[in-house]
Amino acid sequence: MKFGLFGTATIAAIGLAMPAMAQTPIKIGFISTFSGPQAAIGEDMRRSVELAKEHLGGKMGGRPFEIIYEDDQFKPDVGKQKSEKLVQQDKVNVVTGYIWSNVLLASLKTVTEEGDTILISANAGPSQIAGELCNKNFFSTSWQNDQTPMAMGQYLQEKGVKSLYLMAGNYAAGKDMLAGVKRTFKGEIKGEDLTKWPDQLDFSAELAKIRAAKPDGIFIFYPGAHGVQFLTQYVQAGLKSQIPFYQVFSIDAITLPQQKELALGTLGAQEWVNDLPNEQNKRYVADFKKKHGVYPSYYGAQSYDSIMLIASAAEALKGDLSNKDKVRAEMKKANFKSLRGDFKYNTNQFPIQNFYIQEAVKDADGMMTVKTIATAVKDGKDPYYEKCPMK
Amino acid sequence: MTGWLAFLRTPRGLATALLLLALAALPLLTQAFDQRYLLSIGTRIVIWAIAAVSLNMILGYGGMVSFGHAVFFGIGGYAVGILAHHGITNGWIQWPVGIVAAATWAALVGALSLRTRGLYFIMITLAFAQLVYYVGVGLEAYGADDGLNISRSRFSGLINLRDKASFYWLCLALLCATLWFSGRFANSRFGLVVRGAKSNELRMMALGFPVFRYRLAAFTIAGAFGGLSGILLANEGAYISPAMMSWVKSGDLIVIVVLGGMGTLFGPLFGTIAFFALEESLPPLLDLARKGWGEYWQIVFGPLLVLIALYAKGGIDSLFGRSSDERGHG
Amino acid sequence: MDYLLLQMLNGVQLGLLMFLLAAGLTLTFGIMDLVNLAHGSLYMMGAYFAWTLIGWTDSFVLGALLALPATFLLGIVVEAVVARRLYARDHLDQVLATFGLILFFNELVRVLWGAAGKSIAVPAFLNRTVEILPGVPYPAYRFAIIVVGGAVALLLAWLVARTRIGMLIRAGASNRRMIGALGVNIELLFTLVFGLGAVFAGLAGLMAAPITSVKIGMGDDILILAFVIIVIGGIGSIKGAFVAAMVVGQIDIVGRAFLPDLLKTFLSTSAASSAAPAISQILVYIVMAAVLVWRPTGLFGQRA
Repeated sequence: MKFGLFGTATIAAIGLAMPAMAQTPIKIGFISTFSGPQAAIGEDMRRSVELAKEHLGGKMGGRPFEIIYEDDQFKPDVGKQKSEKLVQQDKVNVVTGYIWSNVLLASLKTVTEEGDTILISANAGPSQIAGELCNKNFFSTSWQNDQTPMAMGQYLQEKGVKSLYLMAGNYAAGKDMLAGVKRTFKGEIKGEDLTKWPDQLDFSAELAKIRAAKPDGIFIFYPGAHGVQFLTQYVQAGLKSQIPFYQVFSIDAITLPQQKELALGTLGAQEWVNDLPNEQNKRYVADFKKKHGVYPSYYGAQSYDSIMLIASAAEALKGDLSNKDKVRAEMKKANFKSLRGDFKYNTNQFPIQNFYIQEAVKDADGMMTVKTIATAVKDGKDPYYEKCPMK
Repeated sequence: MTGWLAFLRTPRGLATALLLLALAALPLLTQAFDQRYLLSIGTRIVIWAIAAVSLNMILGYGGMVSFGHAVFFGIGGYAVGILAHHGITNGWIQWPVGIVAAATWAALVGALSLRTRGLYFIMITLAFAQLVYYVGVGLEAYGADDGLNISRSRFSGLINLRDKASFYWLCLALLCATLWFSGRFANSRFGLVVRGAKSNELRMMALGFPVFRYRLAAFTIAGAFGGLSGILLANEGAYISPAMMSWVKSGDLIVIVVLGGMGTLFGPLFGTIAFFALEESLPPLLDLARKGWGEYWQIVFGPLLVLIALYAKGGIDSLFGRSSDERGHG
Repeated sequence: MDYLLLQMLNGVQLGLLMFLLAAGLTLTFGIMDLVNLAHGSLYMMGAYFAWTLIGWTDSFVLGALLALPATFLLGIVVEAVVARRLYARDHLDQVLATFGLILFFNELVRVLWGAAGKSIAVPAFLNRTVEILPGVPYPAYRFAIIVVGGAVALLLAWLVARTRIGMLIRAGASNRRMIGALGVNIELLFTLVFGLGAVFAGLAGLMAAPITSVKIGMGDDILILAFVIIVIGGIGSIKGAFVAAMVVGQIDIVGRAFLPDLLKTFLSTSAASSAAPAISQILVYIVMAAVLVWRPTGLFGQRA
């Protein structure tokens, strides 16, 4: 025992802590973007997490729990460092959150392998993690990136749209999104642009190309502030009346307060919509609106679900999250009331779930929102799970 | 040896020795108090200190204001990362490649930029660094902006870099080696010419020294050590991305060197520790003053830099009085 | 053909914005010998001032017009408190101190306006397209940037070439000691020039705001480009800054509009999309290096 003295001290410290175990809080780390132009997304997630905490009465399996929020500043390297801090310094039981695929990919190993800690993505779903990089410590309460655009592509295919022009931010998720829409949409692709992410907010060059290409429709993926910018410039260039606008993750409760009427009538795909008719969802949306005066987004809904997923495992294990094998086994059951309705986990621990087509409309009070108009995919599985070595 | 003993008796020497001892003991302390994260910060400090010592060789001793030194983080890091990505994880191959690549790039940049002076030199070193940065951004195969997860270098069982304490001690040993080299450099004939050219270039040329070649050599050596720090940084996080070499990081390195004391042997080490300590401690200190202020620590740190630039050019090292190697020269 | 024209106009618009930023930078460096990294912060502050003032006045034009004197005042304060003390110092001190100012301003904005960033809407009367040629629509707001930017460039050219202040500026750029000998109040001149540079930077920032968004650090990256521009153009030369800004603007647009399609013929879409903007940035730096090898003091710089 090289560190005899120190070791003894440590054991003594643990010994002192033991009786308090039942009352020591469960710690959950939450990584999201709380600064910069995309902070609105992080705020929506935080509000939903706090609402989940309220609905749970601040306890999971009889133990209180605390959430430690960290800001990834929208940068992969910062997100990785913050993940490291959560695992090593705060010693959290679970890390969740993650809006961005590139941040998640940079942080994955740090949390799941080096930290041997469970990670629940509440949004990002890069193809690599659904396939070859799948990990027993990784769960998703969202989707794999390809799935949502696949749903949109399938809908457009069935509607008989002949050609599309595709645009997305050039990062991990953007590439997956365009790959996804091309899996199901079989018409002509008139053009395809991946723009510099996240710096490029001026789309004048691309808009001129779209005008010249004259497609039957445009399909885009620009989350958050970028979606606001893109739609504004699209309308300003006079294109919306000429070329129909289809999107994923670019017109939602985060962006609509700024896009306002510009978004009216545009179609998108999503696995969760605020009007899904189940009890837990009605309660969530009503409470959220009452508290904050705005609609929640799928980012928030997925974050709420991630907390509920942890709570389901903690309930089953009576608050003892020390045995990670048991925690993983409980989580894999997805035994909780998801806001999108029940779902099952696939072998790669991504949900098997429905996807809906939604339209941007005004609600009864004149507030912009989205409503479900069709079910595009039933019990959809992502196209990568067979590459995952876990069976 | 007696020189070292004499040095140890000075306040500077004593402080430095205690600091190095504390650094050497850090893994034991973090283990005892179960603070693994502190060891991660400690490792980053040691790696940044290597880069700062290397920048000090040209900026501090040589007066060459290079505003692109973080590029060597990137070159060293990408050398390791790209090789690892193609399955070559052997450190005996990776590390020499990284160092040689950094030195080569430094020689090339130096050859072109050392002919310019003043703002033009600052800008051209920055421009070349930005150039490499954008190459990193453009390399789709290696993750572009998203960066790349890599596996750590392997040294055929000699040392396991995944073990945090071993890796830390390796970095610390390399820092000591870099400091030793920097000290030898500063007092060698070669170093004296470079230092002399800082205060009076014409005199050195009149004395018949090929100042340009000496500067170029110093620039290249500094690049090689910078590359080493990049190699270590990539292994620390098992991750590379263009953000390693953003121009703000180059600015941080200049701040560190000036903060610690330009043209002093241990200044860059003091500077790195102070920089990271400020970064970690200003937020809680401000939080003490008023809850929530900690978030805005840079509002204090920024003006602090202005004050240092205006009134405290000697840096932390000057708190110990003038150093012997300065005196021999002043 | 229409497409080519539109893209070139976009390049001109970008170039004019960068010229506005570079003009102040080249003046402060040429006359006061000051490396001012915080110039990008003035660009950012101009945009934030505009956001607040547009909110108060409920008018884009009025808010923008009020933001200009606000940025001017800010410039004068920065000059009096910090910059003035740096004129006689070496470049390293200047880099360090103004780097500190960047951190300060970025954080100040976070305290005053929050971390989330703001957006300024395109004013309603410009939220449409104009036909620059029959059948070729162009966003009116971008066209307005070209008009305003071009007008300011002309104004500046007139100011430098035809007025007494301009004469002093030209004299100062070529021989700093001489204007002192002329009995001019140098301190006042320096303060005015710094303030003027701040106004141009602020104008660029607020005009760019509706097409980019107002956020912390928005001036940091464009600042590097502005430095490249003044180095290419020759430090202290307004004409040089203009020419270089136009060149850089066109290179950027070529890289975004044409290069991706060219690269896609032999690379995958995502590889081409990563490479193209990087190549256009790299091209900018190669142009700079080439110019410096060919003319070590830039295109229109004074011979050392």
